[in-house]
Amino acid sequence: MAQKIDVQEAAAHCTQLRADLLKMLNAAGSGHPGGSLSCLDILYVLYNHVMKQDPKDPKWDGRDRFVLSKGHVNPALYVVLADLGYFPKSELMTLRKFGSILQGHPYMHKTPGLDVSSGSLGQGLSVAAGMAAAAKADGKPNRVFALMGDGEQEEGEIWEAAMSAAHFKLDNLCGIVDHNHLQIDGNVEDVMNIEPIADKWRAFGWNVIGIDGHDYEQILDAFLKAEECKGKPTVIIAETVKGKGVSFMENQAGWHGTAPNDEQLQQALRELGQEG
Amino acid sequence: MKNVKLNFDLDNPKKKPSRDGYGDGLNDAAAKNPNVVAIGADITASTRVDWFVKEHPDSFYDLGIAEQNQMAFAAGMSLMGKVPFVCNYGVFLAGRAWDQIRTTVCYNNLNVKLGGAHGGISVGPDGATHQALEEISIMRCLPNMKVIVPADSWETRKATRAVAELDGPYYVRFGREKVPEITDESTPFEVGKAYCVQEGTDVAIIACGAMVYHSMLAARELAKEGISAMVVNCHTIKPIDRESIVEAAKTTGAVVTAEEHQLMGGMGSAVSEVLSTEYPVPMQMVGVNDRFGQSGDPDELMNAYGLNAEEICKAAKRAIAMKR
Repeated sequence: MAQKIDVQEAAAHCTQLRADLLKMLNAAGSGHPGGSLSCLDILYVLYNHVMKQDPKDPKWDGRDRFVLSKGHVNPALYVVLADLGYFPKSELMTLRKFGSILQGHPYMHKTPGLDVSSGSLGQGLSVAAGMAAAAKADGKPNRVFALMGDGEQEEGEIWEAAMSAAHFKLDNLCGIVDHNHLQIDGNVEDVMNIEPIADKWRAFGWNVIGIDGHDYEQILDAFLKAEECKGKPTVIIAETVKGKGVSFMENQAGWHGTAPNDEQLQQALRELGQEG
Repeated sequence: MKNVKLNFDLDNPKKKPSRDGYGDGLNDAAAKNPNVVAIGADITASTRVDWFVKEHPDSFYDLGIAEQNQMAFAAGMSLMGKVPFVCNYGVFLAGRAWDQIRTTVCYNNLNVKLGGAHGGISVGPDGATHQALEEISIMRCLPNMKVIVPADSWETRKATRAVAELDGPYYVRFGREKVPEITDESTPFEVGKAYCVQEGTDVAIIACGAMVYHSMLAARELAKEGISAMVVNCHTIKPIDRESIVEAAKTTGAVVTAEEHQLMGGMGSAVSEVLSTEYPVPMQMVGVNDRFGQSGDPDELMNAYGLNAEEICKAAKRAIAMKR
């Protein structure tokens, strides 16, 4: 595992991935840009600097596992996977189309690199906990990561899973909360307040790490600390900006589930310095 | 369709809860495959999973009273090569965790085995909340899910062993109360294959679970009136044995189904889906008619809800009368 991260290289790389992501959503004509952009930096660091994997052998038994519990932000995962070579980048333009390997929500049997399907919120942490428990039972070194939304924290099953992961001392499990403060109906705090979210996780017996989810060094450091923590699972609560990187999308609930049209795409690409 | 002669005393059968077969079957499965794990939800003894825990304490995970997590946690274990048997009362297993079963277990076609305890109205005094009468319906509509309702303890044991060796999601339903032990260790059992336990030519009674016994009682009563009734044990409701069902209809020209379940969407519906499209014959269905259960003694409830030989006989005569 890399201990250091080249921040400038990471930023440049993620800017490129943001452009790919927006082009993909524009081609699809629907999808979820806001939450995809808020978690992209985390996924980039996780896949490029933390997880053991082999894009040439997506089913390698020794790989670490990843569960995208907030399945609707799969565009972020797809651009990261394509960038690593799990499938050709040209596939990105088929997102959500009939016959595509890239379904509207993650489907493991179509997309190389997906460890499980998701899309019905609240289930991913349970699946990840089961994976982690199985790895532990067999004395295997696999680590398991699960990315959740902050609105998703409203699901009761999250807390069932949280209770069980701490109960079984699953220190090979690392949850991440993409805390962008927005859900479809508005501010998470207004729709159904989840705060104090860090205290809740602590009370459930988890090691809690709070970070800026767009700071590459903080992201990597949190994953390293999670691995060092023994005897309990870790959750990284990442403060993020919904729509990060595109001025007119940032902090706008309306960009939760709307794809950019051609004009909006051009403006976004200009801002990212990725025109043409 | 295979003819299978059952050796038991119709008047004084030995009785055993079919859940006992689940506990034994789990141990049989674990003896053959160390990857078998049991995933419980606080009701370890009443589902007979405690028999497994005694022999395989390290392969048991008690998730507490949290059915949704129980199901998706099991799904995660299956993705790492385990063969999880998720056990709970049918109402909570199939109902409370239905979305987890649909989207995580079935959509991914994961190797998760569901053990639905306390199936049917014969659960008795606990009342409607705990009497599972809808699971067959809400499980069989899910792509990739397979559904088995064994007739007794031995068949439950064989079904549990069998699904451990088959890939993909299976739902095995069993009951709480003692029911007649109509099969034994040597009775043939194959997933997906119905078998004829009594030959007949006037009407075919296709049954599952404890209703197979009641159907055999009914056949004896019908014989007294000169009616020759075939009885078919249709333990696998999905994939249903289309060939045997059509064969039964062709032989008799009239069909009755009998199940301890809601009429809507259950085994009878599955049979009618086959016959209406492949070989339509007059058909009558015995089951719970669109209502909830209530507290009472198991036998009392079975009679109150028309789940007995008498109702099966009436249905058989209605079906025969409909023949042209």
